[in-house]
Amino acid sequence: MTSKDGVVIIGNGIAGTTAARHIRKQSDVLITMISSEATYFFSRPALMYVYMGHIRLQDTEPYESWFWKKNRITLIQDHVLSIDPAQKSVALSSGNSIPYRTLILATGSEPRKLNIPGEDLDGVTGLYSLHDLQYIEVQTQNIKEAVIAGGGLIGIELTEMLYSRGIKVTLLIREERFYDTVLPMEESRMVERHLEELGIEVIPMTEIRFIEGDTLGRIQAIHTQHGDRIECQFAGITIGVRPNIAGLHCPGLAYKSGYLVDQFLQTNLPGIFAIGDCAELRNPDPDRKAIEPVWYTGRMMGETVASTICGNPTEYHPGYWFNSAKFFNIEYQVYGKIDPTISSDPSGVYWEHPEGCRSIRINATHDKVTGFLLMGIRFRKEVCEHWIQDQTPVERVLAQLDAAFFDSEFSARYGHEVRRIYETRTGRSIRPEMMPIQRKRIGMTSAR
Amino acid sequence: MPRHTDPSFSIITPEYGNLTAGQKVFVLLAIAGVLLLVMGTSGTYGPSIWPLMLSLLLISIGITGFGYLQYRTKAPGIHNDGVWHRNLTSRGLISLGLAGLLTGFYILLYFFPSYLGLRADGNHGLIGFFDPLSLWIKRQPASQWFVYGVMYTLAILLFGFKFLWKYRHIRYQQLRTISVMFFQLCFAFILPEWMERLNRPSMDLKNMWPLNYSFFFEWNLNDLIQNGTWGLFMLGWGIALILIISPVLTYFFGKRWYCSWVCGCGGLAETAGDPFRHLSDKSLRAWKIERWMVHLVLVIVVVMTAMVLYTYVTGNSRILFLDSFQLRSAYGFFIGAIFSGVIGVGFYPLLGPRVWCRFGCPMAAILGLQQRFFSRFRISTNGGQCISCGNCSVYCEMGIDVRQYAQRGQDIIRASCVGCGICAAVCPRGVLKLENGKIRIPELKDPFVAKASTKGE
Repeated sequence: MTSKDGVVIIGNGIAGTTAARHIRKQSDVLITMISSEATYFFSRPALMYVYMGHIRLQDTEPYESWFWKKNRITLIQDHVLSIDPAQKSVALSSGNSIPYRTLILATGSEPRKLNIPGEDLDGVTGLYSLHDLQYIEVQTQNIKEAVIAGGGLIGIELTEMLYSRGIKVTLLIREERFYDTVLPMEESRMVERHLEELGIEVIPMTEIRFIEGDTLGRIQAIHTQHGDRIECQFAGITIGVRPNIAGLHCPGLAYKSGYLVDQFLQTNLPGIFAIGDCAELRNPDPDRKAIEPVWYTGRMMGETVASTICGNPTEYHPGYWFNSAKFFNIEYQVYGKIDPTISSDPSGVYWEHPEGCRSIRINATHDKVTGFLLMGIRFRKEVCEHWIQDQTPVERVLAQLDAAFFDSEFSARYGHEVRRIYETRTGRSIRPEMMPIQRKRIGMTSAR
Repeated sequence: MPRHTDPSFSIITPEYGNLTAGQKVFVLLAIAGVLLLVMGTSGTYGPSIWPLMLSLLLISIGITGFGYLQYRTKAPGIHNDGVWHRNLTSRGLISLGLAGLLTGFYILLYFFPSYLGLRADGNHGLIGFFDPLSLWIKRQPASQWFVYGVMYTLAILLFGFKFLWKYRHIRYQQLRTISVMFFQLCFAFILPEWMERLNRPSMDLKNMWPLNYSFFFEWNLNDLIQNGTWGLFMLGWGIALILIISPVLTYFFGKRWYCSWVCGCGGLAETAGDPFRHLSDKSLRAWKIERWMVHLVLVIVVVMTAMVLYTYVTGNSRILFLDSFQLRSAYGFFIGAIFSGVIGVGFYPLLGPRVWCRFGCPMAAILGLQQRFFSRFRISTNGGQCISCGNCSVYCEMGIDVRQYAQRGQDIIRASCVGCGICAAVCPRGVLKLENGKIRIPELKDPFVAKASTKGE
């Protein structure tokens, strides 16, 4: 076997690493992973915990260094300059070139920019890469105030990071409320209340117009489009990410926002695949987006492409949407479809704990359950997907609701309270029942 | 990744732990209590119980008040900010000093109690300072073990109180902490001391063989047999614990019913040791050492006990090249004193609080074997939502690399898991849950390796 028969993976994030692991499970082909960011795979969502001192940088690496040797995965820390699809080789900035039979592009994302004056001042950055984290570490030493622009997941993570160091944070949101593209009104408000209690100022419908620097080229304030000036020594620009496809030259490779791929995650060029954040599906499944820059889809794509490459062509069907996150102390989970624009679906249910930091939302269409959104409460994914798959009537879900709770033992379950909401509204009564024990796996997307 | 060499992560350490005025007051109270204790060792206070009580009271108020203030102002949630930045909790100079102090104390306690003031003709020093309390409770002068028992129990109660505040949003953590506090106070302290007062054989009713390795020693057996119903009850109870109660409970709930709900060693680890839980070694190498070591100790304790019983029955102490008296004193010295005491607790600030439980405790080994092969307990994962962040592994005091299972969506069924539930608590994606499900036996293969084919290139 020569290196010409090998698989080369550009990028060693969750998508690339999952692909490598699953190819090795099925094949003895030579595997080479190239990354300019880091030698070893690390967990990107864990970077915030390094800054906060919960874990160390080396703790973000899911595999010890022997793992790569044992599984014969060659790691190269270098930058890929270009791809020659005719010769089937990639050129590295070190001057080397590496031949491939199969190439997987897993180059991830990069932070979006505002393109406003002052964005290149010292103390202004997004949060995505290891380098960003190191930059933030240096730039936030001994500062007092920071402004974060962008009410999404990375924005609130960066807010939590800075808050943990005693920095006063002001969070600017372009929209009327927090994370309005994903969260319905009540959940948005819950997060905003939580932030307020912690002393974090949230300013809605506000964008940065320009950033003011001092004579040394350091940020000293931001100016909003309303003409307000907010003094700060650091600004986080977290208005989302976009596929990282710039700076990699490959003649003939089709792209729009990301590398365009078909259902087999193959690009328009033979032998070249794209997975994870950098891939843009030409025909995404219903209810799914063409680009989904989240950890879980990266992993599923890596698993799917590995099957295809190992001679078992597999279409990418990620199944029901799910995601989870944490807004400071409030955990968030979503399974299936949640429409953020309706605050109370006529046939669904929304229950909120009187203390205002937990909620359960059950979304339904024509009385059939289509999605769950949990705040401060953990639900079992298997059970929720089972209900969605079976188009279970709302009343049966409510009757069996206790089966879904995934909070630790002895935690309160709120089935009764949720049922009360529904009963009061409809005048019907629901008798709690046990869910028949079912442990069948749903969908193709097991985590293995 | 530029491993551990990047200066931005090592040189710059943020400022943490600037104490509030209230916290400073409580620290001062605790220091005053300790000073009083030190002064008391000089014997200046005579036979009065009050200086000691005042000292213990000041220390108690100091620790509980400090713990309360530390978490009272914070919203309920996970508070591990700066754990790896603080000197005390990241193997810094302060933790080294603390480890030295603890280790020194244990060496004195086990091997040189006379330096703590133990004397047959009337205690002095630290032990003498505890005499009035001991006389009051059990009508006998204090021993080094009485002093140790009071301090140990206080540590579990006071740091347990702090732990309760830290995890006030998680019912499981609350209940198991109250449980270890209860068992330490009532079963390990009050009941045995009271039995001594009544001149009855005293025993910590939850301290089971083989952790309680002297249970089958002839002096103990004789003591129990010669003391009527109460003695026989304790003998029967001890044997029933081993043969019936423990296997049944472990089958239904896993070893956690003992290790993190009842056991005194576990109790101290979970309370006073909690700030150091992330220091356990998670490497595969450490796991290999653990398996060899803990099972070796189990084999030794079984052999020793068998020989001791053989000697008890036959009066003959020699089998082949082994002498049962020598073996038991060697076990007591190396395992009982040095391993479980000096290293087990003394090294909390360096190796985490469960070194003894993980590498040395024969009780944990037995329960672990059962948990691995014949128990309904497991940690289940929630449908592949793991983001591999590593919080679960880092905060596992037993050094289990929980993430390796979680990120593959596998249930975690590991012999060493004591079921403390902290992995599930710190998980930012709600992936982990401790459960007693249907019995499931995991495959006997190394779960850490993606299955690489053995065929050559």
